[in-house]
Parts: sequence; structure tokens; C-alpha cells
Amino acid sequence: MAKDELGETLHLVGTRPLRPDGLDKVTGRARYGADVSMPGMLWGAVVRSPHAHARIVKIDASKAEALPGVKAVVTRADFPEGLTGENWNLQENTMAGERALYDGHAVAAVAATSALRAQEAARLIEVEYEVLPHVIDVDDAIRPDAPVIREGAADATVPEGSPPNVARYIEFGHGDTEAGFAAADLVRERSYKTEATHQGYIEPHACLGQLGADGKGEMWVCTQGQWYIRQMCSSVLGLEAAQLRVTPSEIGGGFGGKTTIFMEPLSLALSRKAGGRPVKIVMTRSEVLRATGPTASASMDVKIGMTKDGMITAAHAEFRMQGGAFPGAPVDMALYCAFAPYKLPAAQHIGYDVLANRPKCAAYRAPGSPMGAFAVESLIDEMCRELGLDALEVRLKNAVKEGDRASYGPTFGSIGLVETLEAAKSHPNLAAPLGPNQGRGIASGFWFNHSGETSVSLAISEDGTVQVSVGTPDIGGSRASIALMTAETVGIPYEDVRVNVVETGALGVNEPTHGSRATFASGKAAVVAARQAIAEMCRRAAAEWGIDPEAVEWANGAAQPAGPNAGKFPPMGIEEIAAKMGSTGGPISGHHESVPEGAGASFGCHVVDVEVDPETGRTTVLRYLVVQDAGRAIHPSYVEGQFQGGAAQGIGWALNEAYIYGEDGRLQNAVFLDYRVPVASDLPMIDTQIVEVPNPGHPFGVRGVGETGITPPLPAIANAIEAAAGVRMRSLPMSPPKVLAAIRAAREG
Amino acid sequence: MVTVNLWSSLSRFTGGETAVEVEADTVAGVLDGLKAAYPGLAPILDTGVSVVIDGEMATGRHASVAGATEVFLMQRMKGG
Amino acid sequence: MSKIHVTTTVNGDEVEFLADPRESLLDCLRDHLGLTGSKEGCGTGDCGACSVTLDGTLVCSCLVLGVEAEGRQVATIEGMAEGNELHPLQRKFLEHAALQCGFCTPGILVAAKALLEKTPDPTETEVRYWLAGNLCRCTGYDKIIRAVLDAAAEMRQEAA
Ligand code: FES
Ligand code: FES
Repeated sequence: MAKDELGETLHLVGTRPLRPDGLDKVTGRARYGADVSMPGMLWGAVVRSPHAHARIVKIDASKAEALPGVKAVVTRADFPEGLTGENWNLQENTMAGERALYDGHAVAAVAATSALRAQEAARLIEVEYEVLPHVIDVDDAIRPDAPVIREGAADATVPEGSPPNVARYIEFGHGDTEAGFAAADLVRERSYKTEATHQGYIEPHACLGQLGADGKGEMWVCTQGQWYIRQMCSSVLGLEAAQLRVTPSEIGGGFGGKTTIFMEPLSLALSRKAGGRPVKIVMTRSEVLRATGPTASASMDVKIGMTKDGMITAAHAEFRMQGGAFPGAPVDMALYCAFAPYKLPAAQHIGYDVLANRPKCAAYRAPGSPMGAFAVESLIDEMCRELGLDALEVRLKNAVKEGDRASYGPTFGSIGLVETLEAAKSHPNLAAPLGPNQGRGIASGFWFNHSGETSVSLAISEDGTVQVSVGTPDIGGSRASIALMTAETVGIPYEDVRVNVVETGALGVNEPTHGSRATFASGKAAVVAARQAIAEMCRRAAAEWGIDPEAVEWANGAAQPAGPNAGKFPPMGIEEIAAKMGSTGGPISGHHESVPEGAGASFGCHVVDVEVDPETGRTTVLRYLVVQDAGRAIHPSYVEGQFQGGAAQGIGWALNEAYIYGEDGRLQNAVFLDYRVPVASDLPMIDTQIVEVPNPGHPFGVRGVGETGITPPLPAIANAIEAAAGVRMRSLPMSPPKVLAAIRAAREG
Repeated sequence: MVTVNLWSSLSRFTGGETAVEVEADTVAGVLDGLKAAYPGLAPILDTGVSVVIDGEMATGRHASVAGATEVFLMQRMKGG
Repeated sequence: MSKIHVTTTVNGDEVEFLADPRESLLDCLRDHLGLTGSKEGCGTGDCGACSVTLDGTLVCSCLVLGVEAEGRQVATIEGMAEGNELHPLQRKFLEHAALQCGFCTPGILVAAKALLEKTPDPTETEVRYWLAGNLCRCTGYDKIIRAVLDAAAEMRQEAA
């Protein structure tokens, strides 16, 4: 049986009970974003720009408005003016103002009595555009003569004289890189590119919004964060936040892409114009791909110096990333994570956040980290090869440990990279034999993990069962993990706890389920809340017994006299205390609001075996291993699930997925047939090994596990392809035509 | 006095320094002190930064920096 | 466009609805019959979230018109359990933690059931290819495949 850091025996944490929301989800009863309707409901549809960049000359909605059943049309004119900063960005992205900034940018929306009628009406809205020059690729967008996406978009970080589409600039580092490179036996400098990919959640965005002329409104929406929806919709529409109640539906995946707003304010604006009738908007898949998410694309130069025995002496990175027509490409995070697994005597990092005529990027699982890892982990592998060194040993040799300075500046606290690498090294997959055209690649990955604003409340029911209200939507089993931690703390069965994900009216502000924080932050807050309720139950028992509350302790779900001096009383169980609480002082509850400290970072190491078909360039993943530090796995099945899901997304990013634009700046592959995410027959079983180096910042040692896993697959597969086919792929995706071309070039070369 | 480590491109606003001394007991004091000494930093600090104290991300403006051996300013972090 | 009256059988119950001829079977199930267990992930036949069977054949209900259901037998996720008795696949999905967000789950369960009816003893590869039209973005498929294989084994044992 596992023990926590205090040496106490754990009964529930670490077990694998059925998830509490499971029955609804296997019977089709669970209600997702599009599954709820309301009396008097209208349907909304959105008119989107077919141009990558165009001035909106005129919008004529008269034909649409004349169609029977059409109840409201909104354009940017229906939104308040004068917003600044990110609020302006959000508003502009929700609905274009003077110019459409990307293919798919919303320019108008309509509500009607049926979905088909709303779509018909949307087609009747006539928009006159003056097409402007556009720019898609990040290296084109950063040129001084590129079409200007937005005057004055640069913030104070950007030095004078920078190219016009540079919106943010960052530079950091430490040590003397020149001396470091001079001390190296081998210095290599390479350039890498990654394409934009989409989070690809299977549930399209959906919401049902209602807003009256009195400014009071409600929304049902699939989101990772109901308070973010509330705050963003309120600022974009000029509403009072507390007047908007936002209820999260079950969520069909998010991966960061559902931490922001897209069409949600449109449903509210349409509702207000339609006399307060609720308006449902459900995106099509092509709307999802054209106008939500995606992640940024990157162009990266990396230089590393290494001694002949594999010590890294210096590193330099310059990353350019575009995150669409708005600032926010995660170039800073990419740089912070790029060298995080390595102890570096000297490192310099330079980053540019560049605007381009593409959708506003949203967070995607460890935002930025996969790109940086692709560049750095690829180059380290290449250099190990050149020096004849074992790639895993080199990683161990340079691995950061507690007390080391991180490549991004501060000193690491407790981390588990070495343990992770050692676990990978002794895994049987490393000894599996490889055949012709097969190769093995390894790579590390890192994510900080995030804490964030958290509010949890817990109440004891009359029968001694416990309800916990959390504000973090359950995307992958967090109800189960929070119930386990609560039950463990209170000393009651797992089944006696019900965890509810509640609406904005029921708790204080919560940040979304992002940054791998739900089990860490909501879990930690639930434990604190449970301890408060326990203290109150001890007080009630003390009063019944007529002894000092300090003389009562809590164990096994019951108040007990603490030691022989407290008096002789039989334990008073939670059922008994709960049954009497109405007459012993009223309801018993606990709550906790904070930004919990101590979100521990998580390192991972992946090992992949591939086979590359020399005739077609197709890469088949034969074997896949994820090793990652979870701190402590509360519900190991869902930890494994995060590892496997992250790896699968990373494999898709590495091999297939990419936003493909035409010369006209239009997205060419806005359906799942063409934007091909991994399917069951593309993948093998994904082996996992959970490493547990407890996080001292969490009562049970939890580290967030959701994000790190998407990072290593990109370079691990590139490294495996080189091992299998002798070609080094430096741009993603490593699709069959590209790999084949590289094989042919190498043959001819 | 605490020494605050800035990312190096901020040295444009601090006369070339990437580590600056500020008289402060809390994160708020650090940020206000920086703004007072180097007004050019104000818009950047106001859009939001993360402050890392002895390797731990500070969770609020009132977090103490008294006795800290290491204070780093970083871009604001979240996640997917 | 005037609507068409459709009479069909869904999960053994005779039902009627008025369909716009442009509406898919998926739209009709969800919006006219309140059977929202079948999901729309794409509307183009690429994700399988809308999987149902039509006269026993597995189809993407987003690619079938509502009016085509006239006189046919439709089976959806809502009819998979017998009352409170879960189908072995449903139970195994829970036991194996084969769902994270659960959005793909109804379609995958319906598709897997159709597989096991035809092929009670599938190999891992057969399961992977059969389910290749059902996208899951959360799980990497590992636990889904294990759950299907385990359910198949249990069902074979029960049948024996
Ligand atoms: S919704 Fe029918 S296949 Fe995707
Ligand atoms: S569990 Fe989320 S898509 Fe499959």
C-alpha cells in the first residue's frame, strides 16, 4: 500500500475505481455542449470571411432580415467600442471590425427559428470586401516588407525599427555562450520548422446563450473554464460579470482550445437583439478548423556546443512564431521549455511573436513546448550520433536536478528528470530488437504546470456523505481523482463522495482546467476544505462529549478521543455527526479559495520505434513508450490516459497534421478527411511507466500530468526516422512525400 | 534589498542591467519598485508577469520576498 | 421546404417525426426525437461520433437523410443497455478507463458492438481497422482497444 509523504498509509489514492461520471458517458446520457435545448430557442449561424485579409466595405443584411423566421442579425456595430489590450483582441476575433484578418474570421451572425433557416439567412447576408495582400508563413510575415496586419500591434517589448508584424520580443539567457562554444569539441547550428496544428477535440464548440434587455443572462457552453467565458463575454459585450451565469456542459475535449471565447458572445448578442430568446450556436467542423484553436507555427534556429564526451557547453536559440492575426504565439514558453531538461553553463534565447493572416492561436497542451523540443531534442540527437554517443546517457549526463539553475533562469525545486530517464533506460522496450528500416528514437519533454485561481466548497450531507463543488470541468477523470483525495482525507468510501462541476453562480472565480491544474489545484483545495469540515466535526463531537475540541482527533471517518486523558468515548462516526448537525449548530462544510502554491513541474522521456518504408516514405510507429513523472498518481488509469493521449497527439503533429494554405491564403484542409488526426489503425499500444517523485507542494504529491506528454513525440519520431532511414527531418509534418524526397536526395547525394 | 533578475531584453529599460536591486518585502513591492526606478518597464509589468521566488512561482502580489535568495521575472505562464 | 412525415423504429420503439428533406438522420435523432447520445463531430462521415446501425448495418448517421429512415430499424447508443444492465462493452469501457472526455464513446461503442456481432473473436489489428473511422482525440486508443478485446473475450465465454 502506498504511503504519503508523512508516512501515512493510503487506502484510496493510487487505486483505480470506476469514474463517477462514467455511467452517463457510456449510455449517451451525458449532456455536452450541443445536447441541451430550451423553450423558445433560436439557432444561430455565423457569416465568415472567405478572404485571408480584406477590408469590409459593406454588410447588407436586408435579404436575410426579410426571410421569415429570422429574428436577429448582428455585426461588429452591435458591440461596444473602446476596448483595449487583450479584451480588444478577443472582441476583434469574435467579430471582425474594419477588416477580416483571416479566412474564416466572423463578420456577421444571424439567429432564426431553425438551424436550416439560420444557415439560409447567413448565405443571404451580402458582404462586400476589398481584398488586401496577405501573409501566411512566419518567415514571410517577419520580413520588413510584409503586408502589415495591424499598425501599432507591437507592445513595449519590441525594439524600435523591428519589422512591422513583430508584436512581442523576448531575449534571456545566462553565462558566456561564446566561451562555451569555444570550449566545445563539436558545435552545430540547424534550422527547424513546425506547422500549425489544431487541438482537434472531437466535440465542436457549442453554446446556448440567453441575454435580456436588463443585462441578465445565462449560458450553457462546452468550455474548459466557465469563469473565463463569463469574464471574456462580459468584457467583449460590456456586461456586468455577476449578471451572467455560465454553466459548463460536459466537455468533449479541449486541450487548451476551449479556454477562450469564439462564438459565445455572438449567441448573447443575438439573444439580446431577439428579445431575450435563447440562441444556440454549434460550430461545424470546418468552422472549428478555420476559426478556432489552432496552435502557432514556428521557425527556429538552434546552436549547441558539446564536448566529445557529451557535456553541453553552450546553447543558443532564436525562435520565430506566428499565432495568427493577434499577439500571443507562445514563443516565450517555447524558449523557456526548449533547454529545460539540461544543465547549461551558458544559454541565450531570442524570440519573436509575429502576426500573420491566420486564426488567433489558442493554447494547445504545453503551449510552445513541443516546438522547442522538436528543435533542441533533434539537434542533441544529431550531435550524439556524430560523436558516437548514447543519446540517453548524454541526457542523463546533462540532466537537471533539484538545486540546479534552469535554462530559463530560476533554480529548480524537487524534480524527477533523472528518475524518469533511469526508468526509461531500464524499460524492456529499450532492448527490443529492431529489423531493417527500423529505428529507435528518444526525446525528453518538460512542462511547468500551472496553479491558478481556485475555489472549492465541500459540504457534509445529512447522511454523512460528502459533496464537493469544483469549478474545473472534468475533461479526463478529474472528478474521480478529486473524489479519491477527498474520501482519503475524510476517511470514507470513494462512493460516498460526489464531485460536482458547478456553474459560475455557485463558487468564486476559478481558472479553467488548463495548465494541468485540475487534480493539483482543485484537488489541493478540496483537501483543505475537507480538513476544515473535519475540524468542525471534531468540535461537534467534543461538544457532545463535553471535552475540549483539542482533545478530539479524526481517524477512519470518525471523531475519536485523542489519547487516554481525553476521556473514554466510543468513536463518533461521520454519519452520526451528520445526522445530528441540524441540532448541533447547523450545516457542516469547508471551503477553500486561493492560488495554491507549489505546482510541481513534470518531466517525461519517450522512446519510439518506427519503421520507414523506403519506397513510399511512410513511417509506421511500431512501439511507443511514455515515461513521465506524475508526482503521485491519484488514479493511475487516468494518468496513463493522459500520457497516451498526449503521445498520440504528438505523433499526429509529427507525422500528419498541418494547416495547409493555398496561394489565396485560404485553409485547404478544413475537414477531418484532409486534416488527418491519428486513427486507431495508425497507432500501436502506447506503453506507459509512471514515475513518482512526490511534489512537496501538494498534500498527496501530485504533479500535473496533462501536458508534458505531447512534447517529446515530435523529436523522438524525427530521431527514430533518422535511425531507420538515415535522413534527418527538420520540418514537420514528416509526411510520406517529405520523407521520401529526403531518402531520394540522400541516395543521390 | 532584493536582487531581481530580469529577462535580458528588458535591460533596454534599465540602462543595460539584467539584475537590479529593489527595496521591497513583497512581490507588489518588487513590481512597484521596478516601475518607479525604470518607468519604461511599466507597460510590460502591467500586462502581467510571473515572479519566481527561490524556484517557486509566486501566487500573488503579497507573496514575501524577504529573505529570498533568488527572484526572477518571467513572462506570464498558463498552459493548455 | 415542406416537411416529410417519417415513421421509423428506434431502439425497438416506433417513432414519428417531421423531417426537412435536407436534415440528416443524426439531426432528426437529436433535434426531433431528443436522442442526443449520438454526437456530431464532423458532419462529413470522417469521425464516427454519429455511428448508429440502420437495419443492422453500421452507418454514419450524419451521412444518412432523416427521410431515409422511413420503415427502417435504427439502433443508437441509447438502446445499448438493457434497462440498467449494461452491455459488456459499456462495462469494459468503464473498467478499462477507455474514455476521457467521453464524446467519442457512444459512436465507438455502437461501432464496436457491430464488429463483435460479426466477428466475435477479432484480433487487435481487426479492431484497430474496424474502428479506424471512429476518431478519439483523448485516449490514443490504447485503452479502447483493450476494452473491446476484453469485452469480446467475456462475450465469447458467456456464449460458450
Ligand atoms: S459526425 Fe458523422 S462521421 Fe463525424
Ligand atoms: S475520449 Fe475524448 S474523444 Fe475519445
